[in-house]
Amino acid sequence: MKRIITATVQDRSGVLNRITGMLHKRQFNIDSISVGKSETEGISKMTFVIEVSDHQNLEQLTKQLNKQIDVIKVSDITEKAIVARELALIKVGSNGHQRAEIQGIISPFRASVIDVSKESMTIQVTGKPDKVEALIELLHPYGIKELTKTGVTAFLRGHQPKAVTDLHATPL
Amino acid sequence: MTLKVKQVPKSETEFMTGADLFIQTLVDEQVDTIFGYPGGAVLPIYDAVYRSKASFKHVLSRHEQGSIHAAEGYARVTGKPGVVIATSGPGATNLITGITDAMMDSLPLVIFTGQVASGVIGTDAFQEADVLGITTPITKYNYQVKTIEELPRVVKEAFHIASTGRPGPVVVDIPKNISAEVTGGSYPNTFSLPGYQPNVNPNPLQITKLAETLSHAKKPLILAGAGVLFSKASAELKEFAEKYELPVANTLLGLGSFPGSHPQMLGMAGMHGTYAANMALYECDVLLNIGARFDDRLTGNLQHFAPNAKVAHIDIDPAEIGKNIPTAIPVVADAKAALQALLAKDIKTDHEDWQKGLQHNKLTFPLWYDRSDELLSPQWLIDQIHQISEGDAIITTDVGQHQMWTAQYYSFDKPNKWVTSGGLGTMGFGFPAAIGAQLGAPDELVVAVVGDGGFQMTLQELSVLKEQQLPVKVIIVNNQALGMVRQWQESFYEERYSESLFVENPDFVKLAESYGIKGVRIEKEADAPEMLEEVFSYNGPVVVDCRVVQKECVYPMIAPGKGLHEMIGVKR
Repeated sequence: MKRIITATVQDRSGVLNRITGMLHKRQFNIDSISVGKSETEGISKMTFVIEVSDHQNLEQLTKQLNKQIDVIKVSDITEKAIVARELALIKVGSNGHQRAEIQGIISPFRASVIDVSKESMTIQVTGKPDKVEALIELLHPYGIKELTKTGVTAFLRGHQPKAVTDLHATPL
Repeated sequence: MTLKVKQVPKSETEFMTGADLFIQTLVDEQVDTIFGYPGGAVLPIYDAVYRSKASFKHVLSRHEQGSIHAAEGYARVTGKPGVVIATSGPGATNLITGITDAMMDSLPLVIFTGQVASGVIGTDAFQEADVLGITTPITKYNYQVKTIEELPRVVKEAFHIASTGRPGPVVVDIPKNISAEVTGGSYPNTFSLPGYQPNVNPNPLQITKLAETLSHAKKPLILAGAGVLFSKASAELKEFAEKYELPVANTLLGLGSFPGSHPQMLGMAGMHGTYAANMALYECDVLLNIGARFDDRLTGNLQHFAPNAKVAHIDIDPAEIGKNIPTAIPVVADAKAALQALLAKDIKTDHEDWQKGLQHNKLTFPLWYDRSDELLSPQWLIDQIHQISEGDAIITTDVGQHQMWTAQYYSFDKPNKWVTSGGLGTMGFGFPAAIGAQLGAPDELVVAVVGDGGFQMTLQELSVLKEQQLPVKVIIVNNQALGMVRQWQESFYEERYSESLFVENPDFVKLAESYGIKGVRIEKEADAPEMLEEVFSYNGPVVVDCRVVQKECVYPMIAPGKGLHEMIGVKR
């Protein structure tokens, strides 16, 4: 099962290496990692999407992350009310008359064209991973020349409903 | 002609380098012994060692692996962090086995490695190695010092991290330009580690739950591991076990945490554990693990491990709880604090039948071995050493048959006398570890029980034994083979002894003599008691080449993949 885990860490040299090394050593499969500075100086925020086999495995994951000296807080936010976003850049092959067609496809996704050349156009899309995946799927027939994704970044919504179990059972 | 760089003589008060500042931080940490080996990138540090007027001792090894295993032995018997200095590149990489060994067995070490100058890091400079990258997975934490200002704080943090919570090795990589830098200043060493707050005191609710569970137990058992030793909780463990008449089994590394000769002691559990201890683990209904990590050599096949037991686990490291064995009552705490909290509880115990059964197992299925007419029987040899040293020696070992026989037959009654490589199972550990143990406990009898294989991996440290005038007794359990490999080939590979039998070994007596150390050879059991008596009364180091029967196997045994109840070799 896929879990979204966030970690608040001290921004010390080698911290990302230390954490990915631990995940690798303990055989956790990383779907994505995104890292950036937080609102507090010297503190970074990491968001992981990680595949775990069962609850015992999940418990080990959060404990091993917590055990890292630089890690201040670990949260499994998979079943909480969260905002989760990723960004993808997609370069698709397109000649003149396909451009309008592609525009039509991407506009419901609120994606935008950020670069155009004779044979291609580059689309930027932001959103939940399933939305991004859906757009990629639709663009496949045009020939995807290049694709890059940032990985998910996420945190809790400002308001947490009392019973959240049904609300976001499978947010990914 | 010798070329000398011209130097302007300076008075000692005139300048202070990063290295001087570094030495001062060690003095502040009350370091009394440093295990090290010089080299290019640590020349400024060694110059500061030379000029320092502080009263620490520097022990020069003959290979960096010797330094780090000695530091492990020192840490194990003193409970204080072992301190190591090595140079960059090969100096640092020669430490890797020891660092990993300390990580696996939770030994507090602070290791300082030289590094090439900051300006050339990353250019594949002479004797450059990515020490941070290499040691990240095998340390509790590691640092590279970036500026001289942060040096005192980093050293202070390193000692704090190594010696608190679950102990472990910490590496501090110091670029040469920083140790050489001239400084006039003093810098703050205050630190804040918001992500590192080990939990010492147990949750009272879990303690209540544990006390209630023990009150209802019909077949309770304590499994005591090295955590009891690290938290100096042996007295509390004894009081607790006696108060509620709870039987105790030890892990390999937990030996000494509960008296080996105590009537409630079932012995060591695991692959070569006693029948009584392993069957108690198999049959118990409440298992209280104190400071052990349910290693696979202890549990055997997990499906058959304590199948009927409700498991409670006291550990300072939360990540060990529930890692291998589902745990009903997790207690994240220091063993001593948890035992004190438990002692304050009122626990009713009624399990007379269980105790009777365990005593029956202990009497009916004791450890056994055959005596030998030709060479020595290795188990008998350990028994003899136990008798002569009155069970009061500090014993170090490598890994393998001699290690298991020592664990089985040297009944440890006191804590911190047992120094062995458990988790990593490192050949070559025992002899240098004995050097560190003797330096840490100068008034105690230290015996290194080693195999002829393992001893040959680090025997260059004989020079250190001579140089430091340490009266360590080195007992080589010499079977002219890699005994445990040979045993597994006999049992599981149809006696195909692939590369496990030594055709040639050195003459260990002459070898010792060439280092200026007394050498003795014992070949017959009849001669042994008198010769051993002589060895142990000799005031100085002795290397004893004990020729033992090659085909002797370690029993009883749980074969790989088997459960606790499927032991072989329980009876002759």
